[in-house]
Amino acid sequence: MSTQANGNVGIVIVSHSPDVAKGTAEMVRQMVGEEVPLAFCGGNPDGGLGTSVEAILAAIDRAWSEAGVAILVDLGGAETNSEMAIEMQPEARAGRIVVCNAPIVEGAVIAATEASGGASLEAVRRTAEELSPA
Amino acid sequence: MIDEAKKRALIEAMAAAMIGHAEELTALDQAIGDGDHGLNMKRGFEAVLADNDVIAAKPLPDALKAIGTTLVMKVGGASGPLYGTLALALAKELPADPSRDDLARALRGAIAAVKARGKSESGQKTMLDVLEPVAAALESGADPVAAANGAAEATIPLKAIRGRAAFLGDRSIGHMDPGARSSALLVAAIAGVLGGISDGG
Repeated sequence: MSTQANGNVGIVIVSHSPDVAKGTAEMVRQMVGEEVPLAFCGGNPDGGLGTSVEAILAAIDRAWSEAGVAILVDLGGAETNSEMAIEMQPEARAGRIVVCNAPIVEGAVIAATEASGGASLEAVRRTAEELSPA
Repeated sequence: MIDEAKKRALIEAMAAAMIGHAEELTALDQAIGDGDHGLNMKRGFEAVLADNDVIAAKPLPDALKAIGTTLVMKVGGASGPLYGTLALALAKELPADPSRDDLARALRGAIAAVKARGKSESGQKTMLDVLEPVAAALESGADPVAAANGAAEATIPLKAIRGRAAFLGDRSIGHMDPGARSSALLVAAIAGVLGGISDGG
């Protein structure tokens, strides 16, 4: 699932489970609509539970927006692999991709809602991270 | 001199250690993690082994870069970026024909990179708890394999602060950290090929 980049921040959903990633993306689409570039990935390189840097790189490409990309992750390895994927991006892109410290489902929905209104990457991240206990 | 034959042997030894101990690592990870460490490391090193001819023909820094990139792409868990970062950092730090001093210095640099990647420090029940004593052993002239094995054992009473095991809190106490064990196994495999250091693992 993806859309061509418009002016809005893109959202990438990275779960250990392909089903959780897909389901979260479906909730974002239904609740927020088509206004944000959106991509998701889940599962390790063999298709089992886990995450794959290669798949995350591809998801960032699909959701890429000049306004930047906010990544929502579930558990530890998803975060570490997402950070690795960001570092592997060209420098011009790497500074415009963030991993949000937020719960994956609620964070993706609220981040996409914020992004759909044209908010900056920093505002999208801040809004998502307000969901996390300080 | 780490020539092509030695690089090939290093890759074979590391892969054999991870493939041969996959079940043990998975069992350790089932106790305090998500039970995929053995399978993930096996998958990563099988991919490295499949490219052995190409990788071993490269100069050491380029070979390490290829190994690191493969681990990042193929392992699938957090250990992919962590071991991948270790290899990529070693690739940057090591000359083509390193001395023991070069290894110690490069390992210190690579440990710093792994700490940054994992946002972790020593004493948190991770692979770092093995890597740092190994670097110290290389610096002091002690046996790095004995240091690695002792350090892996010493993670048993530690409480996990980072990674999935951190969710368990006190319940992580009493189990060896799977990443510490895989690090010790890799150190033993490398030392076995480079020689002059005792067997272990």
